[in-house]
Amino acid sequence: MNKGLFTVLENKRIAESVWRLELEGDTAAIKRPGQFVNIELEGFYLRRPLSVCDWEEGRLTLIYKTVGRGTEALSGVEAGRRLDLLTGLGNGYELEPSGARPLLIGGGAGIPPLYGLAKRLLWQGKAPLAILGFNRKRELILAEAFRALGAETIIATADGSAGLKGLATDAVSCAGVYSYVYACGPEPMLKAVYDKTEGSGQFSFEERMGCGFGACMGCSCKTKYGAKRICREGPVLEKEEIIW
Amino acid sequence: MVDLSVELSGIALDNPVIPASGAFGYGYEFAEWYDINILGSIALKGTTREPRFGNDTPRIAECACGLLNSVGLQNPGIEAVLGQELAKLKRVYSKPVIANISGFSVEEYRYCCALADRTEGIGIIEVNISCPNVHDGGMSFGTKPESAYEVTKAVREVCGKPVYMKLSPNVADICEIAAACREGGADGLSLINTLMGMRLDLKTKKPVLANKTGGLSGPAVFPVALRMVWQVYEAVRLPIIGMGGVSSAEDVVEMMLAGATAVQVGAANLKNPYACKEIIERLPKVMEKYGIDSLKGIIGGAH
Repeated sequence: MNKGLFTVLENKRIAESVWRLELEGDTAAIKRPGQFVNIELEGFYLRRPLSVCDWEEGRLTLIYKTVGRGTEALSGVEAGRRLDLLTGLGNGYELEPSGARPLLIGGGAGIPPLYGLAKRLLWQGKAPLAILGFNRKRELILAEAFRALGAETIIATADGSAGLKGLATDAVSCAGVYSYVYACGPEPMLKAVYDKTEGSGQFSFEERMGCGFGACMGCSCKTKYGAKRICREGPVLEKEEIIW
Repeated sequence: MVDLSVELSGIALDNPVIPASGAFGYGYEFAEWYDINILGSIALKGTTREPRFGNDTPRIAECACGLLNSVGLQNPGIEAVLGQELAKLKRVYSKPVIANISGFSVEEYRYCCALADRTEGIGIIEVNISCPNVHDGGMSFGTKPESAYEVTKAVREVCGKPVYMKLSPNVADICEIAAACREGGADGLSLINTLMGMRLDLKTKKPVLANKTGGLSGPAVFPVALRMVWQVYEAVRLPIIGMGGVSSAEDVVEMMLAGATAVQVGAANLKNPYACKEIIERLPKVMEKYGIDSLKGIIGGAH
């Protein structure tokens, strides 16, 4: 974990209510895809936790949806401004158990951390298959980016305006044989993925947080191995430990 | 050289800054951010006899200048706290710490405080009769003088270590409760716990918190806390640990001038993990600025 100032390089709308924030700063504390950062915003007492989409030395990419006053204020932050971030928070995805052809399944604002994961799985010579679910075409994000990485990518939209018509989970039947499951998205989607996929996997959850680093126990959830803090022992839980 | 040291019921503290219960995990989590041995002491997370998960989520909501929490005393139970959790803290922190005990019956308070009293490394026992987030316990003991007296007396009988009663601001007259605690044999008082509040979500048109209400903390409550420390200092001559929205070295000095012997920092740690460290490092500069040589010398100085 680290606390530091990042400079905004670009903050740009990339789809309906979705923004990409490019930052420059010390990313050394970020160890795994699926971890998150917590951003201080002027005028708000609590920080805003956002999952990491991708990172490299000195450079951080976040993709976020404007869902409330905090993220709306963030979307107004202009290039050149400096933001105070806590980085390297949460456990993130473990790449080790992925097998040769892991299934990455994401819904809407849950897709960004799967991009960083897909990239690193490909670096390890794995062949991830991504299923990306959206409500409609104008909310599409990262579809081309997943393909550009070289990941096999299936798009599903609820209204059929792009890719397959239906939910991300409806596309699982088109996935063929997969070795493992990585999921991120709204909780009803995660539950459907849990029910409709075979074998083991890792699921990333979200919860309203106080601190983001384990101090307040605000975001706890029950698991088969006892209470876990989404911000510290999570946000990624093993499929086998999840209690719905 | 300015003198930051204070003394709480015979326990010497290098400085008056103590992270508050519930806002600092079990302490060792913060050793990943800085060397926590600079802290005056540490108040452990609120502890009950049995393990508790606490309330359903969401249990955090935000407001201007603060937050609401309805965690509801999540903890692994007194044995695990004084066992595993304290052991982990002792590896990274060498000073006496403050146990924070809650209960749902007088007997439970007595049982847990007796255990804490026998545990090496616990310097002070802070008895929480003011948690707004649990039903049939917590705050219900701290809102009536009779039950506050009853818990204090029961705990006093089984404790040789200093007993500090942590009081609720959600009362008509906090001095009356403080006086009852003194009658029961309290060595000192911790004030204040959070103020009960709520927020609604305009999308769902329902409360944000699953528990509906929660405890307000952060800078928003500082003036309320300061006023209560002031009043209780005048009414009941017992040492006070002042808390409620303390976020800066200036706030620490203000709280001590109002009558606090030491100060706890809660919500500020959640926004900035370095909050206590920055306050301690800035205290000498603030003391110099206001011509203060010794913090001990300013306790209650505003009266």
